[in-house]
Amino acid sequence: MAATRACGAAANTSENIMSLKKALSVASPLTLRIVAECPVTKARACDLILPHSAVSTPVFMPVGTQGTLKGITVDQLDALGCQICLGNTYHLGMRPGPDLIEKANGLHGFMNWKRNLLTDSGGFQMVSLVELSEITEEGVKFKSPYDGKEILLTPEKSISIQNSLGSDIMMQLDDVVSSTVTGPRVEEAMHRSIRWLDRCISANKNPEKQNLFAIIQGGLNTELRKACLDEMTQRDVPGFAIGGLSGGEEKDDFWRMVTLSTDHLPREKPRYLMGVGYAVDLVVCVALGCDMFDCVFPTRTARFGSALVPWGSLQIKNKQYAKDFEPIDSDCQCPTCKRHSRAYLHALFKSDSAAMHHVTIHNIAYQLNLMCSVRQSIVEGCFPEFIRTFMKRMFPSRDQYPGWAVDALASVNITLE
Amino acid sequence: MAGCRMKLELSRVALGKGRLGVLKGLGKTGQLSLEVPGCLLHTHLGTVPHLTQDTLSTLSTLPSVTQITLSNIAEHQEVLEEFKDGFRKFAGLHDTVLYCALHDPATPCPTGHTTNKTVSVWGSGGRIELTVAKFMALQKAVKPDWYQSMADGETWQINTSHKRVRKSVDRSLAHLDECLLVHQKSQELEGVEVFGVVEGGDILEERVRSAKETAKRPVSGFCLDGLQTGSMDQALRTQLISAVTKELPEDKPRLLQGVGRPDEVLASVEAGVDLFEGFFPFQVTERGCALIFNFNISSNPELAGRAPPAVLEPGEDQETAGDSQHNGDLNPDDQTQMTSFEINLKDKRYQGDFRPLVEGCGCYCCRNHQRAYLHHLLVTNELLAGVLLMIHNTAHYHAFFSALRDALAEDTLDLLKRRVLGQTERKD
Repeated sequence: MAATRACGAAANTSENIMSLKKALSVASPLTLRIVAECPVTKARACDLILPHSAVSTPVFMPVGTQGTLKGITVDQLDALGCQICLGNTYHLGMRPGPDLIEKANGLHGFMNWKRNLLTDSGGFQMVSLVELSEITEEGVKFKSPYDGKEILLTPEKSISIQNSLGSDIMMQLDDVVSSTVTGPRVEEAMHRSIRWLDRCISANKNPEKQNLFAIIQGGLNTELRKACLDEMTQRDVPGFAIGGLSGGEEKDDFWRMVTLSTDHLPREKPRYLMGVGYAVDLVVCVALGCDMFDCVFPTRTARFGSALVPWGSLQIKNKQYAKDFEPIDSDCQCPTCKRHSRAYLHALFKSDSAAMHHVTIHNIAYQLNLMCSVRQSIVEGCFPEFIRTFMKRMFPSRDQYPGWAVDALASVNITLE
Repeated sequence: MAGCRMKLELSRVALGKGRLGVLKGLGKTGQLSLEVPGCLLHTHLGTVPHLTQDTLSTLSTLPSVTQITLSNIAEHQEVLEEFKDGFRKFAGLHDTVLYCALHDPATPCPTGHTTNKTVSVWGSGGRIELTVAKFMALQKAVKPDWYQSMADGETWQINTSHKRVRKSVDRSLAHLDECLLVHQKSQELEGVEVFGVVEGGDILEERVRSAKETAKRPVSGFCLDGLQTGSMDQALRTQLISAVTKELPEDKPRLLQGVGRPDEVLASVEAGVDLFEGFFPFQVTERGCALIFNFNISSNPELAGRAPPAVLEPGEDQETAGDSQHNGDLNPDDQTQMTSFEINLKDKRYQGDFRPLVEGCGCYCCRNHQRAYLHHLLVTNELLAGVLLMIHNTAHYHAFFSALRDALAEDTLDLLKRRVLGQTERKD
């Protein structure tokens, strides 16, 4: 945890940042300053300056879908060194609704989070709630699971809600197709996403305070991805997300689309890979040139008693931990590991919901610390070494390294012995 | 010999008006103390429900005594025996006095499983039967600073027969004697205090008999069992407590089990009770409610550290179903029913209410969040609702006890009663 704070502090207290902020506070709500680039891979370490604070990248953004990180107070999140987290337009747009949140001084005011917020557009719900949705050129029609009401989410409506939420980064409404879908639907969705991007840009009422990111689509098809990249990079948006991945596709296809995307995205704008959160995926995709990540996995798995550690994960609710009096990770500085043992947490899972909160705190700390260490190694010019050490720790032996990861890293000049 | 460092220093005693004082000599070093009347910190396995150390530490004044219960702990006996260093260390608790009770006051347990030699607790895996031997083995593994002896309190159901009540008294005395025997022989329990448990259901003679007999034993204090909320109305409870405390030594503390509602607390304090189990804030939290009742009788509204009167709009406290206006519903299941001391944040009226739960409350929840946000968290079933409500309800409840002690010190108990109970009687 101390390391994570240092990461943030370094970005926040540097004089450079202050003068940059002053100079650009009128001009743009987003500034990307590249602090270091890995000479071997495509990795970068940057300072991403947003309206509420600077963010050190590469960054993992925890997900607080409904205006809260499940079970964690904003103070706890801040103490862990989190500089940016997510909220969701679809959910918040339904409950409590944009009007109320606007009355509460935006999502920042409503949940009392003083650092940055990124809101997803509601696009992903088209895939996750596919039974309940119908997509047309106009927008997405959703049937609310709560009261059966139908709502139409258009690019304009999504941006309007996000304007009310007041997030620092807003995502365009994209036509999202599951990565396992093939055929003409993928192409249709890609082209529509470009048209919807333009509609989103027009609809943004607060371009001087809120950053609208485009989302590259195209499924697992090289030509379609490239076409999407060519078109979207012509739009003057402050950042780009790589979407339509991390949905169950083969990892071999996944990494190829990621690296293709970063090859064609501008260097001086942040690259946000959506829905990626497993440790191996994070490290590899940083090497492939991504700066920002989000995923529900670390926080969701925590609630099931799964604690993330450098060598994998511990299923705390398993009998084997009943008499294990060590902390989750003896090297971890998070509040959970400083005070509690695996045995206590194992027992607590039978008695109180606080057990989930303890593991959630640990998992967020794990993710943020991982990113912090990644960033440090890029800054110090030893990212390749970091990768090798990381893989050795995570996997018992070389032949257990995932094939796709080996290939992906090889593509950016990293050989794992 | 059971530990006898615990000492009750009373500063004020007025018959029928409650006692004020400090319970000293607590904890391993005997350096800790607890003001009375007071309540203990209710926990599940040493954890205040929903809270981790960070969220717990936002509360500035917490009781120095943490309550744990065998209902949570019994199933972990083997683990604790292997751990060897006692429950306090196992749970990562520092600087707190550990009091081990038998049953969790917030969870009524099934009846019909008590025998002459055993009582049962319900863990996550089902029923665990305890003999005195097993009960004491648990105490040795837990290593609390103080515990209640094993007791049979299954008399709270309506129409418990006289015979059954008598049995509960006899059994509890027998269990106490056996516990003390084992205690005196155990080196591991040296310095640990034992409370005897007074039973007797709703029968006056049995209550008196139980009190007289228990008082003869070398215990550090007394638990009053079988009087929990829902088992009888307050008038009877007061009568029984008064009769019991007449038989108990003045210089030993009395802990009333299973009672936590503010009105019942006030009446019980007047009848001679010193300590309460602090589980009421948890119950309020579990039903998505926030304590808002006013206990401020200070004439100086700017007194530092005091909460100004909670702003109660007309009809504000009218959330209750008609029934809960009466003290002591006769069905223990009614413990889940909302009282007039709280507001139901799930109610639509709070959707756009941007005030804190209680104006002027210094707790983390009230300093940082609004009713509208709590409403949203409850409607969307978010875990954070429990965290924030637990923080506020705990802060509010303990501040009430602080106000109670002040009122006893300043002889303004009647004023406090009117302030607190006035809210029960309002029918707008």
